[in-house]
Amino acid sequence: MPLLELEDVEARYGAVQALHGITLDVGERQVVSVLGANGAGKTTTLRAISGTVRRSGGLRFDGKTLPRSPEAVARLGIAHVPEGRGTFAELSVDENLKLGAYTRRDRSGYASDYEELLKHFPWLAERRDQQAGTLSGGEQQMLALARAFMARPRLILVDEPSLGLAPLIVKQLFDVLRAWIDEHGMSALVVEQNANVALEHSERGYVLEVGRVAVEGTADELRGNESVRRSYLGY
Amino acid sequence: MADVLQQVVSGIASGGVYALLALALVLIYRSTGVVNFAQGEMAMFSTFVCWELLDRGLPYWVAFFLTLAISFVGGVLIERLVIHTVSRSQALTVVTVTIGLLILLNGAAAWIWKGEQRTLENPFPSDTFDVGGVVIAAQDLGIIGVSLAIVLVLWAFFQRTRVGLALRAAALNPASSRLHGVRVSWMLALGWGLAAVLGAVAGILVAPTQGSFDQNLMLPVLIFAFAAAVLGGLDSPIGAVVGGVVLGVVLNLVGAYIDFFADLRLPAALLLILGILLLRPNGLFGRSVVKRV
Repeated sequence: MPLLELEDVEARYGAVQALHGITLDVGERQVVSVLGANGAGKTTTLRAISGTVRRSGGLRFDGKTLPRSPEAVARLGIAHVPEGRGTFAELSVDENLKLGAYTRRDRSGYASDYEELLKHFPWLAERRDQQAGTLSGGEQQMLALARAFMARPRLILVDEPSLGLAPLIVKQLFDVLRAWIDEHGMSALVVEQNANVALEHSERGYVLEVGRVAVEGTADELRGNESVRRSYLGY
Repeated sequence: MADVLQQVVSGIASGGVYALLALALVLIYRSTGVVNFAQGEMAMFSTFVCWELLDRGLPYWVAFFLTLAISFVGGVLIERLVIHTVSRSQALTVVTVTIGLLILLNGAAAWIWKGEQRTLENPFPSDTFDVGGVVIAAQDLGIIGVSLAIVLVLWAFFQRTRVGLALRAAALNPASSRLHGVRVSWMLALGWGLAAVLGAVAGILVAPTQGSFDQNLMLPVLIFAFAAAVLGGLDSPIGAVVGGVVLGVVLNLVGAYIDFFADLRLPAALLLILGILLLRPNGLFGRSVVKRV
């Protein structure tokens, strides 16, 4: 049984329908990417899962229907790294991380996860008391991932981590995401414009077009698909 | 000089009360985004609750803490039952609702307690101390001590506890907070509960200094608290405390040395509010919101 299953999910913003029946799944310990052009419904798909947009259809997590409110979804073990990174700009880096771990009760686990985090993001140590809003875009994206990690979720939803970042930082972000997920047996659903780097770090992928799944397959299948290659991989 | 210092100490005492109520205003402003015009009346109502408990024979500190507990529940209920239902409306609608609450609470208190003058027990002795020629009233020290203790407890709650952090986060970035599992709407209710507790302490401290009180006890105090909050910056807790103390000291000093000023304290406070809003709308400690994209 897959960890996350979406079946014919629809969502709308007021009168505008953004999803016209999305069906996808994410297995245990998998990284799955969602590709597609602007306005294809990638962000809305993540928002439908986390409950930040009104949706209908079948949404099951670990076999159970997903609740509607974002806080309830988060408490089930789904961490959403949203568009815009969700930084608590006025709070310190340390407080941001503590908020990431808000749903957790084990203090010792928090401390050991923090130590592990420092291996990937050593700069966090010296910025611990700095206001998060003063971090660079790349650092804020890393902090957003770090907050999600600190919740020890079973599934991480990541919305366009590459947006506005230099290629080297994008690669580093994906490497850390992949490493953390493999290490802790989590899964991830990643929305990405940069199809190359996303597929390189994923088992499978979906290509969305105007609110529907146009193509799906393993990362290799998608890379081999003529139209996907031309439209999204650029060669 | 001794005389001036004396006025400063009693100024700090009245400023402490303004600071508590100003903190309550800031707390709600930061979480709900509106100025709670009913804050003073909530405090007045709590003061009557305390008077009622004492009148029924409870020991002072039992009545005091019971009043705080009742006020907390009352604040939470007001948010859940009234404010929450209009929370999706424009700020103006919410403000109007708080003005409605002001009138409702004032009327309810007048009805329940017959609009008569009541006297609230003074927890502090009427002694005075002579410190190097400066005469300090025990009551002023008591008020300063209680205010300071409340401010410190509140600070520790916000800075040192998990729920305090979640409350701050919910006010700063509700959408992101929800994604981290913070029940934002309950955090708002918690904020209203805490604000009600702050108001209750302010009311209970200020009532004995007035001799007797009725349902209009907090109307002037709210104006001073509002002036203090605006002076410090409506979104700054530190600003509210500093603003309250500064306002208390300045009003007291000027009132003591300029005869006719005693009657002009309220208009002066209103003028101060107007002046700050015109010249420095963020107050001394408030920050203008600059968003990094």
